[in-house]
Amino acid sequence: MKMGIAVLALAGLGAAPAAAADDAAQSRIERGKYLVLTSGCADCHTAHKLGPNGPQPDETMAYAGHPESMVLPPAPKLPPGPWLFTGTGTMTAWSGPWGTSFSANLTPDKETGIGTWTEENFVQALRTGRHMGKGRPILPPMPLLPLSHATDDHIEDMYAYFMSLTPIKNKVPAPLPPAQ
Amino acid sequence: MCLGAALSAGGAADRAAPVTLAATGLTGDDGPGLSRYAPVYPLWTDGAAKRRWVSLPAGATIDASRPGAWVFPAGTRFWKEFAFGGRKVETRYMEKRADGTWLYAAYVWNEAQTEATLAPARGLRDHADAGEGVRHDIPGVADCAVCHEAAGRDAVLGFGAVQLAPERDPLAPHAEPFEPGMLDLAGLVAAGRLSPAPADGGASARITARSPRERAALGYLHANCGTCHHPDDEAASAGLWLRVAPGEAAGSHAALRTAPGRPAGSPVEGVPGGAGLRIAAGDPGHSALVQRMESRHPLRQMPPLGSERVDREAVALIRAWIAEDLPAVHD
Repeated sequence: MKMGIAVLALAGLGAAPAAAADDAAQSRIERGKYLVLTSGCADCHTAHKLGPNGPQPDETMAYAGHPESMVLPPAPKLPPGPWLFTGTGTMTAWSGPWGTSFSANLTPDKETGIGTWTEENFVQALRTGRHMGKGRPILPPMPLLPLSHATDDHIEDMYAYFMSLTPIKNKVPAPLPPAQ
Repeated sequence: MCLGAALSAGGAADRAAPVTLAATGLTGDDGPGLSRYAPVYPLWTDGAAKRRWVSLPAGATIDASRPGAWVFPAGTRFWKEFAFGGRKVETRYMEKRADGTWLYAAYVWNEAQTEATLAPARGLRDHADAGEGVRHDIPGVADCAVCHEAAGRDAVLGFGAVQLAPERDPLAPHAEPFEPGMLDLAGLVAAGRLSPAPADGGASARITARSPRERAALGYLHANCGTCHHPDDEAASAGLWLRVAPGEAAGSHAALRTAPGRPAGSPVEGVPGGAGLRIAAGDPGHSALVQRMESRHPLRQMPPLGSERVDREAVALIRAWIAEDLPAVHD
């Protein structure tokens, strides 16, 4: 009996740090969710549908980026003047002097989202303004300037939240250069 | 360590970086404890003429336990000077701190070519004429980190076993002469600066390939592409691995396993009929790798930064390798 109590006590000692780690991870996810919601990431990274109250996020595509099924015609060419860029009603595709950009899939799908990204890849992307922190420039309208003021901890919390989401398989097109 | 931490530290170091190049220890063309070196396969920077120096702390050794990923002792310093049209434009500086992070700084040369002073942390766009209508950018601290900071290795590029192999490659694009007094692998071994020292004295650092042209092609890809395209960062490299590991046998290089015949990951500019292949043996015009090298559109070009002019000499080398050498071994 004493042996049994001792074993239980040891098991309890082992469980406490694990539980604390789970709590810490959950706290990071919760902080990340708060930051993602208040930073407006869903404005572009969740496709919108027009409803009775105007554009509404399609929660079945939460943070999955521009819908793969939505193949777009070439962006309209704007006449000279103050109008500079155009966007789709989904708010996931934008065209301007930089070309045409499509919002990325931020769910942890390994093939089409950020499932293979490391935390370092994610932080690096926001710090450098480059895809995965190394590749092509991340294009407008991504709000890189305000995000440059975020701390590493906060960006890592946002990463933790995105990685906690249900993966959605949705292959977003590569950006297009400006029409010649 | 997360890159963000490195960048934050880099920011702090930027404030602490010396205000003048001379204060870093490089005065004129030399300085106490400095050695010049020239990699076998130079990185293309729009035709810039480069000079490089290294300073290792007295008595310290480079950890060469992983022959392809040396770890440098704290206090190590590197300088690289960039010149266009015979005029010095900038000198970049790296210093390894005691905590293992690196300080990055760029120093801009004055009109009189007498002094270089610290560039702004965000760099200077379009700072100098690089020829062919292109202006040279002085990189910001974050730009430095894009290439230098990566998982699984120290931050130094261009100063490793392959790049310091004692036997030069006569077909290497833009090869720089090895001058008397320069440091190479043999010199490092002789000075007892590598731990452990390579058993063969460094002879196996020479790229072994199936043809002289393939050797030069692999070396060029190693220097210009392998910084990101390596297996330590599987996601960012997209599974295309172009870094050469010292001692690899001819025909066994990662580039040969991950490029020829493998589908390209994204649409390739100018290639009809879909995505195309990373390398189509015998057909450079339908090889994504060539298309990317020949593009300087920001969304397509490779490398994605650090160059605004196509490296025509290298493109000719890679095209010839794909057209004439690869068909012999790839269906």
